[in-house]
Amino acid sequence: MVTTKKMPMPPAPAPATPPEAEAKAVETIFDCRDVSVSYGDKLAIRDVGLSFGRNEITALIGPSGCGKSTFIRCLNRMNDLIPGARVSGTVEYHGLDLYRADVDPVQLRKRIGMVFQKPNPFPKSIFDNIAFGPRVAGMDGDIEEIVESALRRAALWDEVKDRMKTNAFGMSGGQQQRLCIARALATRPDVLLMDEPCSALDPISTARIEDLMAELKQEYSIIIVTHNMQQAARVSDKTAFFSVELDAADGHRIGHVVEYDDTQKIFSNPGDERTEAYVTGKFG
Amino acid sequence: MTGAQIARSALAQRTVLPRASGAGRLWDLLFRIAMYGAIGIGMLALGTLLFDVARDGLPKLSWSFITSFPSRIRPEAAGIESALVGTILLMAITAVIVVPLGVTTALYLEEYADRTKWWNRLVEVNIQNLAAVPSVVYGILGLAFIVRGPLGLGNVLLAGGITLALLVLPVVIIVAREAIRAVPPSIREGSLALGATQWQTIWKQVLPGSLAGIVTGIILALSRAIGETAPLLVIGAAASPRFNPDGLFSDFSALPIQIFVWTQDPNREFVSLAAAAILVLMVVLLLMNSVAIWLRNRYEQKW
Repeated sequence: MVTTKKMPMPPAPAPATPPEAEAKAVETIFDCRDVSVSYGDKLAIRDVGLSFGRNEITALIGPSGCGKSTFIRCLNRMNDLIPGARVSGTVEYHGLDLYRADVDPVQLRKRIGMVFQKPNPFPKSIFDNIAFGPRVAGMDGDIEEIVESALRRAALWDEVKDRMKTNAFGMSGGQQQRLCIARALATRPDVLLMDEPCSALDPISTARIEDLMAELKQEYSIIIVTHNMQQAARVSDKTAFFSVELDAADGHRIGHVVEYDDTQKIFSNPGDERTEAYVTGKFG
Repeated sequence: MTGAQIARSALAQRTVLPRASGAGRLWDLLFRIAMYGAIGIGMLALGTLLFDVARDGLPKLSWSFITSFPSRIRPEAAGIESALVGTILLMAITAVIVVPLGVTTALYLEEYADRTKWWNRLVEVNIQNLAAVPSVVYGILGLAFIVRGPLGLGNVLLAGGITLALLVLPVVIIVAREAIRAVPPSIREGSLALGATQWQTIWKQVLPGSLAGIVTGIILALSRAIGETAPLLVIGAAASPRFNPDGLFSDFSALPIQIFVWTQDPNREFVSLAAAAILVLMVVLLLMNSVAIWLRNRYEQKW
């Protein structure tokens, strides 16, 4: 990969953890401490402290408006694009503070892929959709090979290999979303951020994406925001439960993390009664 | 549900739901009549106009009418060549000036400008207002600043082109902004999230996605400029010149000017020539608008 700008970057990801190493402590990809985000003078989330491990799937759950999406967008600095958004606290990616002045968000977004709530293919051919990331990065190597490999990883190759030149808008919603996943993989990230990737999809497409996540976990770390608690329970290793409190002064919503633990524990034996009320469906 | 059940429930609904009230239906009918009436009046006015112009002008139309120079003495030998050539050159100059200025301004306002800053809002409001300024005012501006004054070009083709470009610039900016805004934010997000810079995102996603709308808007803006008479009169376009403009700094005329000059003539023959020139102008306009419609249907991006 040709980097257009000099900036400190963490080392390229090592190959997937071999099975025998799994017992060891999980390597940390993201370490977030005291992360608060405000829009204008309104605090949106406060004091989020979470760390995410390599080759793990972490689910962020919680009621609407609790700041899950706001938080996940701190991890690839997409919040920079919102006028008036301000992030405080530390977000470390492989030990590098992402909000340091000399970090170029453009470079880091190549390493931290993102998949959005609604499939957002570009109005181009399937091939050009996947090739877009590598092309803007000025990646060396055979673009066709990169495209094929990304599509294979996203389990989409067999469905689309004969119509690479057709417009991506002609695909089904589920295929479009897997195309977006493949597109994100083509820039060779080591983390995938998924912001409610299945909320616009039917159950069958959802199941395919969940299967895909389980496979991708071998090579990537995944952080997924979801409204679907069954989904969190099915796919994730760890779960963070976000909740909202109302601001004392004007009553706007402020999100924060209530509990963060192994998914199994969150869903079977949560440590906080608010978590229990949420996961058992008593509110939210 | 089986088909029979669906049919039964539909039947039940018909008796369960109240029928539309009489007053509601009456209003519905009245509104329909009012709408057809409004459309009818517009069509009637247009039809009368076309009929009148065609009756006067069609007999005068011929190839020699298009390829002869104007005259104010011999109506039988008069044509519109210098005016038609002038109009085409004016449009070309206007397009060359207005396209880069208009599109880059629109890109700035949509993609870069921070709307919380007062100067950006000032620019926006001014553009909206400029689009509503009468064209004769642009003529006066052109006369004061381009023909005379700082630029001092004289009443030449380039001065006419710049004046018309200023006239349609606000319109081009507004339509280009609309086309750019029609590209959904999710496309920009998707591109930026892949590590594209803002410029790459604009160049490779936003502009291709809005190109059809921008080009359509430019053509429609030019078809507004092509019929403008007042600003060209004010800056001093030539009346009935017997030569084609031979460069940017040449005297020029334009179709609307020629039409205006002929309609002022006491000789009925010349008024008929004006009608024929109007027909030519309308054909050019129709051609431009059909290209715009074709472009829109062919290339417009559905999101």
